[in-house]
Amino acid sequence: MAIMNVSPTRMELTRLKKRLKTATRGHKLLKDKRDDLMKKFLELVRRNKEFRETVEQRILNMYTGFAVASAVMSPEMLEESLMLPKENVELDVTTRNVMSVNVPVFEFSTDVENLQDIYSYGFQFTSGELDSSVAALRDVLPYLLQLAQMEKSAQLLAEEIEKTRRRVNALEYVQIPTLQETIKHISMKLDENERGNLSRLMKIKDMMVEQSRKSMEN
Amino acid sequence: MHKKIAVVGDRESILGFRAVGFHTFESVSPAEDRALIGRLARDEFGVIFITEQALEPIQDVLETYKDEKIPAIIPIPSKEGTLGLGMKNVKSSVERAVGADILFKD
Repeated sequence: MAIMNVSPTRMELTRLKKRLKTATRGHKLLKDKRDDLMKKFLELVRRNKEFRETVEQRILNMYTGFAVASAVMSPEMLEESLMLPKENVELDVTTRNVMSVNVPVFEFSTDVENLQDIYSYGFQFTSGELDSSVAALRDVLPYLLQLAQMEKSAQLLAEEIEKTRRRVNALEYVQIPTLQETIKHISMKLDENERGNLSRLMKIKDMMVEQSRKSMEN
Repeated sequence: MHKKIAVVGDRESILGFRAVGFHTFESVSPAEDRALIGRLARDEFGVIFITEQALEPIQDVLETYKDEKIPAIIPIPSKEGTLGLGMKNVKSSVERAVGADILFKD
């Protein structure tokens, strides 16, 4: 592992030790975050999968209903009946915070008060199949929105997990080892200087002792 | 935030959705669909449901809006059935998060 390009001083050493402490703490926190996000994500995505299966089935059933309706009615008639909807659906988007990820919450509001009366056409020229398929579609509507919400949340969580994992790995395999190496390198260098200083002093002392002995002899 | 809901797809598949108050847009050609999605995303649409048949040639739009909070582009089956694109989408987010596919082993 490469060491950082810093001068081996005592001040640098304290600075790096402080950084190592922060990095270790950050690493632990991010790791916890990653694990928890993963737990939430798997839970969500598992539900999402099942939910999509049921919703897809319901949509397909609804199409069958419409196919029957279009078989008994003329295409122009069918188009005309559905052209002007009675209902206007509005989507209300708010956000919810899941582990610091803002995921959308979709709620819809409709301007029809009576849910029994959602048909945009008179009953005289239309078939009963059309009524039931419109009603079926009306029932699927909340599920569709919930599906949208789940899938969007899953995508956003996946992004956040990916980012967090990168950061955890960068800290674990690059940042922290580099800091440790550098700290070791600096402390070794400082120790070496210390020893060099000590042996120099001892040598000087020896020389001085030698000198004084010589002057005494003379 | 008030948003609208769009449904994009072939004429017959989207027919019913208009009756319940969604805004429907008929898909014409891949190039036009792409432009349409861009326009809808800039406009006030929070959720865009698109039939898998219409989505298939322009799948890269999913990537474009993947990390945005809005709009959510959600594939739905068309009247011709499902192509499995919706599931593939769920699967790809699992792969992205976990690094491997652990839910759809079959």
